Amino acid sequence: MHEGSYLGASRGLKSWLLTTDHKRIGILYAVAIAAFFLLGGILAILVRTELTAPGETVFGQDQYNQLFTLHGVVMVFLVIIPGIPGILGNFVLPIQIGAKDVAFPRLNLASWYIFMAGAVLAVLGWLLVGKVDTGWTFYTPYSSGASNAVLWLTSAVFVAGFASIFTGLNFIVTVHKMRAPGMTWNRLPLFVWAIYATAIVQVLATPVIGITMVLLFLEKLLQIGIFDPALGGDPVLFQHFFWFYSHPAVYIMILPAMGIISDLMGTFSRQQVSGYTFIALSSVAIAFLGFLVWGHHMFVAGQSALSSIIFSMLTFLIGIPTGIKVFNWVATMYKGSVWLQTPMLYALMFLFLFTIGGLTGIMVGVLAVDVHLHDTYFVVAHFHYVMMGGALIGLIGGLHYWWPKITGRLYNETAGRIAAVLVFIGFNLTFFTQFILGSRGMPRRYHDYSALMDVMPEAAMLNLASSLGSYILAAGLVMILVYALHSLFRGKLASANPWGACTLEWTHTGPVPDAHNFHETPLVTRGPYDFHLADDVFGSDEEDS
Amino acid sequence: MGDQGTVWLPEAASTVAGDVDALFYFILWVSTILFIGVIGTMVLFAWRFRRRSSQDRPQPVRENKLIEASWIVVPTLLVAIVFVWGFRVFLELGIAPPNSYEIDVRARKWSWLFEYSSGAQSSELHVPVHRPVKLRMISEDVIHSFFVPAFRVKADVFAGRYSYVWFEATRQDTFVVACAEYCGMAHSQMLTRVVVHSQDDFENWLANNAADADMTPAERGERLYSQQGCFACHSLDGIELTGPSFQGLAGSTRMFTDGTSAEADANYLRQAIVNPAAEIVQGYEALMPGTYSSLSAADLDALVAFIEAQ
Ligand code: HEC
Ligand SMILES: [Cu+2]
Ligand SMILES: [Cu+2]
Repeated sequence: MHEGSYLGASRGLKSWLLTTDHKRIGILYAVAIAAFFLLGGILAILVRTELTAPGETVFGQDQYNQLFTLHGVVMVFLVIIPGIPGILGNFVLPIQIGAKDVAFPRLNLASWYIFMAGAVLAVLGWLLVGKVDTGWTFYTPYSSGASNAVLWLTSAVFVAGFASIFTGLNFIVTVHKMRAPGMTWNRLPLFVWAIYATAIVQVLATPVIGITMVLLFLEKLLQIGIFDPALGGDPVLFQHFFWFYSHPAVYIMILPAMGIISDLMGTFSRQQVSGYTFIALSSVAIAFLGFLVWGHHMFVAGQSALSSIIFSMLTFLIGIPTGIKVFNWVATMYKGSVWLQTPMLYALMFLFLFTIGGLTGIMVGVLAVDVHLHDTYFVVAHFHYVMMGGALIGLIGGLHYWWPKITGRLYNETAGRIAAVLVFIGFNLTFFTQFILGSRGMPRRYHDYSALMDVMPEAAMLNLASSLGSYILAAGLVMILVYALHSLFRGKLASANPWGACTLEWTHTGPVPDAHNFHETPLVTRGPYDFHLADDVFGSDEEDS
Repeated sequence: MGDQGTVWLPEAASTVAGDVDALFYFILWVSTILFIGVIGTMVLFAWRFRRRSSQDRPQPVRENKLIEASWIVVPTLLVAIVFVWGFRVFLELGIAPPNSYEIDVRARKWSWLFEYSSGAQSSELHVPVHRPVKLRMISEDVIHSFFVPAFRVKADVFAGRYSYVWFEATRQDTFVVACAEYCGMAHSQMLTRVVVHSQDDFENWLANNAADADMTPAERGERLYSQQGCFACHSLDGIELTGPSFQGLAGSTRMFTDGTSAEADANYLRQAIVNPAAEIVQGYEALMPGTYSSLSAADLDALVAFIEAQ
């Protein structure tokens, strides 16, 4: 580690916990989110283990319901939503636009502490106060009647929401105000565009979930009738509020991953990303239009037929640009020079899984079909293809891509490829089976499916296959953890630009960026994927494949 | 329950099921073709344009307006087709024919109660074949969702407001009814059956179930045990569900969470049904609904007699 490096600039725990360096804050997020991901993953494995066979296998109903609730809450609110913006947005975005830091470094650190406070509330409530078995959606009036631990969890969501809002605010201002000379809007890497669009959603949507959680709180504490029909409230109102946030939150989760995929496709195809302007602007458009489709979660919830029809139509209108993005990513490889390193394997895996997630999204967006599929395992499979196959696979691909920049070291490429194959096989085995389970009629959040066995005898086999798949998936993820730790201590030292990428974090910093990123402010003279103009990035020490 | 349906969908036994299935398979096939197209192209490109040397210097590709236009127009058209189709079938699913036979449905943790205009009640749904049936549904507690996979119908059930669902069964058989909306502890046990009778059998069934004058109290209690959903939490064979089993309950000594105890005589049993929160049996939670206080005195007597017979 050379002297100026941000890792060597100062030492000791305090230098990390009080840092205002966006790169170190990114790493703080990484450590915390990795821990939550481990927790959420263990919960998922327990859920799948219960379902290996019909009947009660390991856990009672009550424990099972708590397991899937916590799995959902942890994965959504503590892993996927903060994941890419918190880790990679923090680390990469300022460098990619040629800035020394984000606009408000201290607010950035505060965001991390607020996020952690939310996480601590959730864990405390769960450990000390009592059980939460409402599902991550906290639907009323079930949650109105549940134990007070629900209040802890909803306060956790409320508090963590502020972290999300502050991060979003920070990124918006940073992108507007801190770009290096020559970094015009049409030279922004697509990752920056994606994080920027996400930030808009974070700032606009998160207050809604905050308010909803406050209302839930007031109702439970003061017995004011808002959502609980026993007190004169309206339970469906809660669903409206909840999805008014949670559908846009889908974009908080997926847009950043799309940004990563754009960068990966460009770099590893050494080609301009096809449809740059379209991808950039449609992300921002979706950030706004995403607010108009929440009702597609409520086609069977007694909503008027007219609203359902409008929500279905808007959902499709928003779906089309997403489909076009997939075409653009594939087209980026055309006449490129495609280098199948581990990050690129994840990018291609993303295209595979996300396409399935998107097409099944059309399926559940179609009114008459959704009536049958709603609240079945088909929906569970669909959103895992999007949230995990999309958002998390994007994050994992991005972590592999920027790993040398973050740590200064390379990981073992062979191990990386083997793990990617395990993840791919495990993922599809886990979740593809769930499509069939669902469309054949197995409802979600089911502790025991033995009563369905005489109409769908294949349920046992499919569930077992799904559970086995989850173990393979887990093995792949554990393998990543192992070689990442190995690389951290023993990995080969990386050069400044091992992938031959064209964006500033690779071209204008050393193997590990300095504490203030650049010695002198870079002057940007070309677009993020103008490889044909970039003599400087070729002939770096990449191995021929 | 003979027929196993197709690979992707369960058996189909209602008038709308065929339309839903046709649309489902249309989307499935179009999606499969699109998917193979996209992923096939991806694999092809990844292979055809693989990096041969670290010095490869690809030149930017000029945009091809025709291709770009096609990948906007084709998906838009496909989506428009499935939207309109889905919307038409949705209306079919949503609008019950005017001559529908109406049945009231009560959902509660974790059982269903069906009430017929004749006054009959049942915990399984009985319907005539080839006749539209419209359910008027309400919940006594949290949100549930009435779901018959074989009919391709589903609708959430709320407290304090009615929701409706209709179907016309096309086959005499029995089919699974599940609760699709998560409703707590025994959500996955909230299942029952819909029994489809011929028109005549249905009339007979109604007649047999309306009259209960010639039943003993314990027999009536047994019926209430199933109609009122006690079975969801109390077994008859000693297995512990959410609540204690009724087997050997009467006459035993009950221990409560507050440390007191009592003998389970008729008065105790009656009290336990009417005001369950008064004493909580050790090892259980206060999960028994308080709604049974509205049962008639005769029904309570019948239930107590039934429990005593176990
Ligand atoms: C939602 C679940 C649930 C339903 C439905 C339910 N019970 Fe209970 N019941 C319980 C639980 C839990 C207990 C134990 C806790 C308590 O004492 O309140 C209990 C206790 C009892 C007891 C006392 C048992 C003992 O061991 O002393 C009786 C008697 C009883 N229930 C009768 C009924 C009858 C009759 C019905 C139907 C009309 C019914 N219950 C419906 C959950 C339920
Ligand atoms: Cu949505
Ligand atoms: Cu239910």
